[in-house]
Amino acid sequence: MLKLLRQSPLSARIGMGIVLLNILTAIFAPIIAPYGETKVVGDVWELFNSQFFFGTDHLGRDLFSRMVFGARNTIALAFATTALSFSFGIVLGFFAATLGGWTDQILSRIIDIIMAFPTLIFALMILSVVGSSVYSLVFTIAVLDSTRVYRLSRAVAMDIEVMEFVEAARLRGEGVWWLMRHEILPNAMPPLVAEFGLRFCFVFLFIAALSFLGLGLQPPAADWGGMVRENAGAITFGIYTPLLPAAAIAFLTVGVNLIVDWFLRVASGLKD
Amino acid sequence: MTKLLEIKDLYIEGWSEERWQTIVNGVSLELNRGEVLGLIGESGAGKSTIGLAAMGYTRNGCRLASGSIKLEGQELFGASSQFLRSIRGTQIAYVAQSAAASFNPAHRVIKQYTEAPVLKGLMSQKEAERKAVEIYERLFLPTPEKIGWRYPHELSGGQLQRAMVAMSMSCQPDIIVFDEPTTALDVTTQIEVLASIKEITEKMNKAALYITHDLAVVAQVSHRIMVLRYGDTVEAGETRELLKEPKEQYTRDLLSVRSLREEKVETEKDKIILEIKDVDATYTGREKVLQDINVNVRRGRTVALVGESGSGKSTLAKVITGLLPAVRGSITFLGQELHPELRKRSKEDLRKLQMIYQMPDTALNPRHRIRTVLGRPLQFYFGMNGKEAEDKIKELLDKIELAPDKYIDRFSTELSGGEKQRVCIARALAAEPELIICDEVTSALDQLVAEGILALLQDLQNELQVSYLFITHDLATVKAISDKIVIMLNGRIVEQGGKQEILTPPHHEYTDKLLASVPEMDPDWLDHLLAERASTFI
Repeated sequence: MLKLLRQSPLSARIGMGIVLLNILTAIFAPIIAPYGETKVVGDVWELFNSQFFFGTDHLGRDLFSRMVFGARNTIALAFATTALSFSFGIVLGFFAATLGGWTDQILSRIIDIIMAFPTLIFALMILSVVGSSVYSLVFTIAVLDSTRVYRLSRAVAMDIEVMEFVEAARLRGEGVWWLMRHEILPNAMPPLVAEFGLRFCFVFLFIAALSFLGLGLQPPAADWGGMVRENAGAITFGIYTPLLPAAAIAFLTVGVNLIVDWFLRVASGLKD
Repeated sequence: MTKLLEIKDLYIEGWSEERWQTIVNGVSLELNRGEVLGLIGESGAGKSTIGLAAMGYTRNGCRLASGSIKLEGQELFGASSQFLRSIRGTQIAYVAQSAAASFNPAHRVIKQYTEAPVLKGLMSQKEAERKAVEIYERLFLPTPEKIGWRYPHELSGGQLQRAMVAMSMSCQPDIIVFDEPTTALDVTTQIEVLASIKEITEKMNKAALYITHDLAVVAQVSHRIMVLRYGDTVEAGETRELLKEPKEQYTRDLLSVRSLREEKVETEKDKIILEIKDVDATYTGREKVLQDINVNVRRGRTVALVGESGSGKSTLAKVITGLLPAVRGSITFLGQELHPELRKRSKEDLRKLQMIYQMPDTALNPRHRIRTVLGRPLQFYFGMNGKEAEDKIKELLDKIELAPDKYIDRFSTELSGGEKQRVCIARALAAEPELIICDEVTSALDQLVAEGILALLQDLQNELQVSYLFITHDLATVKAISDKIVIMLNGRIVEQGGKQEILTPPHHEYTDKLLASVPEMDPDWLDHLLAERASTFI
């Protein structure tokens, strides 16, 4: 593992640097942030000055502090959600592909039904029923997102499932779990990891959309997507404020994807 | 007169292990109009690389290092990609090894034929289609006026390969590069394709590079032969001379491998371990792909199951292993009737019946180290772990003649084809089976490597008294290792018996055809055979 790190290309190191920076920021938020997360400290939409690094937001809170605290919510939430949705999607998708027949039919049709609803509406519906706590938020988005992961992993697994090494394992008498875990998963990693990088970023936006509709993270808690929404109006006045949290999202996204790219290269075993 | 193709001192390098390594080592060759040059060698000899280089192309991760490639006096080395694109297809074309993998399954065959000439503005769609039908007819494809409108999956392997040869002719190139066009085909279809290739090169006066690892095949179609090994030219010469008096030891090795081995006569004393009785099988529920199959396998013996593709030999393997439950009949293994379905069989039954596949590349999980590949059956069947398993794995690697310490931690992707197949054998052996089904285990391998595998299987049989059910279309393999031969056609057994009995006349009519289709080293063999068949069919 260490050897692998040492051989990593520059792009991957930059990516790791970015992600590490974000994670450290999230962990040490209270130390880094000059002001409280929700404290109103200045005027509305102040431009950057010596007192406020990034200026202030629509309520006069320090934008920098909010972004530092926002890193916590955003990264943790996005990561938890994506990880959960991938666990659901991959397990079910592989199940469908390895078992085939009725299992596949039933699972796939259920997924089809879920996918038939616009995601946002479906999320609104579920959240308004179960209430908007962080857990229900993570769970709901994960379930909705996992439909796409399911589709992908099922398709990938079906390709692998017909390979002779899987047949060899079947003939050996291996159970479904072994087939999924040891024969299919390692070979399905490259496309799944790529998808992970992408989905990770979409989750920010989805949470932001939900926040905007009042069902995401509840204000005054800070999250980057939500901050873009809150301050969107500032753009009309030529104030850059909403661009900063947007830039933070983009920054992290690029970082994650740089790592994912590198991982793909290593995982696919391509040497050229 | 300028040569049609002239390659001089060509060096090609490939990027591996973090540096450029030479894979073609200063090869020179020339090709005149109407001439076929056979490039022969094992995999890794650089023959495909040279074939592609003749078009100014290299695979990903390779580069042309130095030398010169002149096509009708035009230098291709270092030429612009635009120029190269303009000559590919129109002046030089390529026929790949696996037509099945090279056709786009989503388009009709004829559309793929017409694509290039229409794109290059040589013909209109209608014209190109008319031309296609003409060529299909020349290449003896059945119903030439209709066949083009089928999708690739609706054609057989041999037909596809011929359609591919036709496709290479679509822009009337001067040179065609054939890269192992018949390797994936069985002997009877191989003849059809070889006849098509002869038709094109001789009657239409095209030049060709014919790449293969099979000396007997290349003897039929080429005027000159060039033997390659590890990117070096071993020797080159006129086909007849080279076959008659090979100068180099390596060429002699290639020539000599097709020899018979003695048969172990089957006696009643040997216990029958697998008894297949009146078995029928079907994929759809209606059409039967196997009918009335009766085969016995005795301990320590090898039964060869022979037939062309589509004859049902691999299906029979599926029925025996339980992947495709038989609809009728019974399979008795070691005195007990096997449940037709895989899932219902006991672990012991599964253990004693192992399988080795045709393509070692897909039969090994590319993400597993050899340790896992061999360790898992040990753990699964015998509960071996840790040191005990490690010792056993090393012992197995020793048996298959791979150095244990060197190989145990490698991924299967880091092995050559022959080594992979050896690992597959070890995986089967790890289960300590009574019977191993070998499904075309040597057909994806080079001649000399395949010989090595067969010898290994033979040694293991002598040592462990394991039985083999050997599925193959290669009669040379059959001659080499079997004790008993079962010949299949269209899902039925047409003839079975001891090796000598089957191989000595009189044969069943189909057996005769199969045996006659095995290429011989004689350069006139194909012409004679075609002439003979033409006269008998008329």
